[in-house]
Amino acid sequence: MNDYIIEMLNITKEFPGIIANDNITLQLKKGEIHALLGENGAGKSTLMSVLFGLYQPEKGEIRKNGEVVKIKDPNDANALGIGMVHQHFKLVEVFSVLDNIILGVEPATKRLGFLQKAEARRKVMELSERYGLKVDPDALVEDITVGMQQRTEILKMLYRDNEVLIFDEPTAVLTPQEIDELMKIMKGLAAEGKSILFITHKLDEIKAVADRCTVLRKGRYIGTIDVATTSKEEMSEMMVGRKVQLVMEKQPQKLGNSVLSVQNLTVKSKKHGKALVNNVSFNVRRGEITCIAGIDGNGQSELVYALTGLMKTDSGKIYLGDKEITHMSVRERNLSGLSHIPEDRHKHGLVLDYTLENNLVLKRYFDKQFAKNGFLKFSEIRRYADGLIEKYDVRSGQGAVTAARSMSGGNQQKAIIAREIDLGNDLLIAVQPTRGLDVGAIEYIRKELLRQRDSGKAVLLVSLELDEVLEVPDRILVMYEGEIVGELDPRHTTAKELGLYMAGAQRN
Amino acid sequence: MDNKQGKQSLISRLASSEAFLSVAASLICIVIGLLLGTVVLAIINAEHAIGDGLMVIIKSGFKSPRNMGTVLANAAPLIMTGLSVGFAFKTGLFNIGAAGQYTLGAFGALYCAIVLQLPWYLCLLAAMLLGALWGAIPGIFKAYLNINEVITAIMFNWIGLYLVNDIMYGKGQSPMYDLATTKTFSLRKVAKGSMIPSCGMSDMFGKLQSVTIAIFIAIFFAIIVYIVLSKTTFGYELKACGFNKHAAQYAGINDKRNIILSMTIAGALAGVGAGLYYLSTVAEWNPQVSTALPALGFNGISAALLACSNPIGTVFSSLFISYITVGGTKLSTQYYTKEIADVITALIIYLCAFSMLFRNRIRAMLTGKNRRVNVGKGGND
Ligand SMILES: Nc1ncnc2c1ncn2[C@@H]1O[C@H](COP(=O)(O)OP(=O)(O)OP(=O)(O)O)[C@@H](O)[C@H]1O
Ligand SMILES: [Mg+2]
Repeated sequence: MNDYIIEMLNITKEFPGIIANDNITLQLKKGEIHALLGENGAGKSTLMSVLFGLYQPEKGEIRKNGEVVKIKDPNDANALGIGMVHQHFKLVEVFSVLDNIILGVEPATKRLGFLQKAEARRKVMELSERYGLKVDPDALVEDITVGMQQRTEILKMLYRDNEVLIFDEPTAVLTPQEIDELMKIMKGLAAEGKSILFITHKLDEIKAVADRCTVLRKGRYIGTIDVATTSKEEMSEMMVGRKVQLVMEKQPQKLGNSVLSVQNLTVKSKKHGKALVNNVSFNVRRGEITCIAGIDGNGQSELVYALTGLMKTDSGKIYLGDKEITHMSVRERNLSGLSHIPEDRHKHGLVLDYTLENNLVLKRYFDKQFAKNGFLKFSEIRRYADGLIEKYDVRSGQGAVTAARSMSGGNQQKAIIAREIDLGNDLLIAVQPTRGLDVGAIEYIRKELLRQRDSGKAVLLVSLELDEVLEVPDRILVMYEGEIVGELDPRHTTAKELGLYMAGAQRN
Repeated sequence: MDNKQGKQSLISRLASSEAFLSVAASLICIVIGLLLGTVVLAIINAEHAIGDGLMVIIKSGFKSPRNMGTVLANAAPLIMTGLSVGFAFKTGLFNIGAAGQYTLGAFGALYCAIVLQLPWYLCLLAAMLLGALWGAIPGIFKAYLNINEVITAIMFNWIGLYLVNDIMYGKGQSPMYDLATTKTFSLRKVAKGSMIPSCGMSDMFGKLQSVTIAIFIAIFFAIIVYIVLSKTTFGYELKACGFNKHAAQYAGINDKRNIILSMTIAGALAGVGAGLYYLSTVAEWNPQVSTALPALGFNGISAALLACSNPIGTVFSSLFISYITVGGTKLSTQYYTKEIADVITALIIYLCAFSMLFRNRIRAMLTGKNRRVNVGKGGND
C-alpha cells in the first residue's frame, strides 16, 4: 500500500533548555539512500537516536511498513532490523574487532552456551569480503585506526542482518579513499534492498549517493528534496538559511620569521621500535598555513603528539621561536605559545563530564584572570565563557553550564576551536579542525584559520581531506610512512598529483 | 494557573538538579536496604523481625544520650575514612588502602601520646603525616611505574598492620604496651593531656567520655575537602584527571603529580580518622589480636559510595552507618547477632550500585515521560 519502510511522524524531542526535534517528519523508502542534512545541533543525531530507541520522543509516532511500532531501547530497534553507526563509535576498546562485532549476539552452542567463534568469524569474514570492509578480526579496537573502527561498526550492523541502516556522519573520520569506498558500499547495500539513512555535512557525498534528502534547521523540518534535481547551493541555502561561500579569498601572504622549526625529528613506536615519524624536518613561518597531508596512519598523529608534548621524541629537535621545546612539558609548551586543536575531541579535547565553561578554560583556569590564590573565580569564568560562546556561536541547551557530553558533535568541536584560538598563541596546530562541521561552520573555521595567518600567526594544519588540503594552506607537506615525501604548492598542484604522493607512488 | 506553572518549574528544576537526584537516590537505597534487611531478619527469626529487629536498629541510636554519643564518636573516624576514599574516587583512584593508612595513623597518634606525651593536636598531626606517607606510596607506584594503586595499597595495608603491631607490642617490652590489659596503655590513665578535649560534649551525652569535639573536627575536614574539590584550581585539576586523564594531560595538567597528591591527601584524611578515634579513647589498640585490618578503613568505602563521593554527603552517610551500627549492637543476642547491622549496611551499599538507575527513574517520574537511557561512554550522538 505504501512504499515507506520507516516513517517518523511529527516527532518532538526536548532536552533541558532546548527542543532538539520540533515536530519533524521523515519518511524512508525501501531501498533508498536518504540523506539528512542540517547544521551542527540541528537535531539530526537526536532524531536518529529516537529511531534507534535511545531516546523516547515526547510526541509523534514511528511506523515500520505502515504499522505503528514502539521502540523503547536499541534491542527493540535491533529486533525491527534497525541498526546504527554512531557519530562517536561505541566499541569496547579492549575487545578484539571480532568480539565487538558479535557482542550481544554471540553464537553459542545450544546446550552449554560455549562460544562458537569459528562460525562467527566465518560470517564476519564473508561479509567483510563481500562489501570490501577490510578489518583485522583479531586486532584490539584500541590499536586500530578510526577507519577500521568504523568498518567494524558497519560489520556489526550487517552481522545482525539489519535492513534499515543509520549512518551518523560516517565520513567525518574517513580518508578520501575510504570515503569513496564507503559510498560504493552504501550503494551496494541499497541495491540489495537495504534502506539507508545517511547523515553528512558534505554535499558532494549527498550528490554522489543519496536519492532524497531531508533538511533540518534548528530542530525544525525544512523540507525533503529530490537530490538529482536540486543543486548543492540550493541545499546549503536550505540548511543554513543563507548563501555559503566555501572557496576562500586569500589575502596576499606576508611571511615572517619561523615560529615552528622541526629538525630531524624521530618518534619510535613503543611496541615494536619502528620509526613512526622518521627524521622529519620542516619550518612553519609567521603568516603561513602549512598543511601536513597524507593518508590516515602515516605518522601525522604521532608527529603532532611529539610537537605538543603528548609523546616523547626519540631524537631530533623542536623549536618554538628561538626556544627549544623538545623536552618541555605540555604545560610549558602551551605557555610558550602553542595552541592545539586535537584530532580526537573526546579523548583529548574535552572533559566530557565538565560543563562547557569549565572546558573553555581548560588551558587557562590557573591564569590570574580566572584564579586567585588557588581559588577559581567563577564569575570571571562565566563571563569569559559567555563571551566565547557568543563570539564563536557555540550552541547548546543551557549555555555555559551545559554538560559538554550533551552537546552536539559539531558544537563540541566549535568549543575547542574557540578555546584554542582565543589563547592567542603564535602557533596553532589544528588537526582535522573541520571534521564533523556543517558547511556554515566550516566556512567559519577556515576563515578563522586564514585570519590567524593574516594576523601573523603560524598555522600547522593536519588534514585528511583533499579539498581542505588544496583550498586552505599556503604550502603542503605530504607524509608517507612517517617521512615527508614531498612539498607541494597548492596553487600549482592537482588532487591527482597529491594523491600520488599520498599513496607513496611519488616523492621529491 | 500561575501556581501550576510555579509547581511545574519547581519539578523540572528538581529533575535537572544533580544534587537532588543524588540525595533522593541514596534515600531510596537506604529504604530498600532496610526493607531487605527486615527480610533477612525475618528469615533468621520471623517472629521478632520487626519489634526486636528492625525497630531496635532504627530506634536505638536515638534512645538514650549515651547511644547518641556512641553514634557521634564512631561517626567521626568514619567520616574521615569516607572522605579519604571519596577524595581519591574524584581523581579516578580507588583508595582501598584507607585501612592501612588508618593503621599508621593510629600508631602515630598513640606513639606521640603515650611515649612522647605530646598535646592532642600534635598527636593528630602525627597521625595525619603517617597516614599521608602510607597513602603516598601507592600513589608513587601508580604515577611512575603504572602499577595499579589497588594492588599496592592492599599490600601496604598488611605491611602497615604487622609493622605497627610489632612496634606497639615489642615482645611485650614496648613502652606503649600495657601488660595488664594486653592493649596499648589507656590514654585516660597515662596521657590525659593527649586526649581530644570534650568541651562539654561528654556531659551532653550521658557522661560518655569518648564523645569529644572529634565530630566537629571531622565535619571541619569535610568542609575543607568540599572547598578544595569544588572551589580551587587544585580541585579542578584533580577532577579533570579523574574524569578524563587524556584530556588532563592534553591540557598540561601534571597527572603524575596529581595522582601522588591525591593519594597522599587521601592517606592523610584516613590517618586523621585514626587519630580522632584513638585520641578520643573510644578504644585502645590491641596489637596481638589486631590481625585483621581495621574495619573503619573499609567502611569508609561504604560511606563514600553511599554519598556518591560528595564530602558533605559523606558526613551524613557516615552518621547514618554509624547510627545503624549502634542499633545493631543493641539487638537482643537472644534473637540476633550484632553483625546483622553490617548485613543491612552491605545491602544498602549494594543497592547504591543501582543508584544511577534510581536517578533516572526519579527523573522520569518527575518529568512524566522523558526516559533517558545512558549508553556507554562517548556522548549523546
Ligand atoms: N542528551 C542530551 N542532553 C541535553 N541536550 C542534548 C542531548 N543530546 C543533544 N542535545 C542537544 O540537542 C541539540 C541537537 O543535538 P544533535 O546532537 O541532535 O545535533 P546534530 O544535528 O547531530 O549536530 P552535529 O552535526 O553537530 O552532530 C543540541 O543543541 C544538543 O546540545
Ligand atoms: Mg550529530
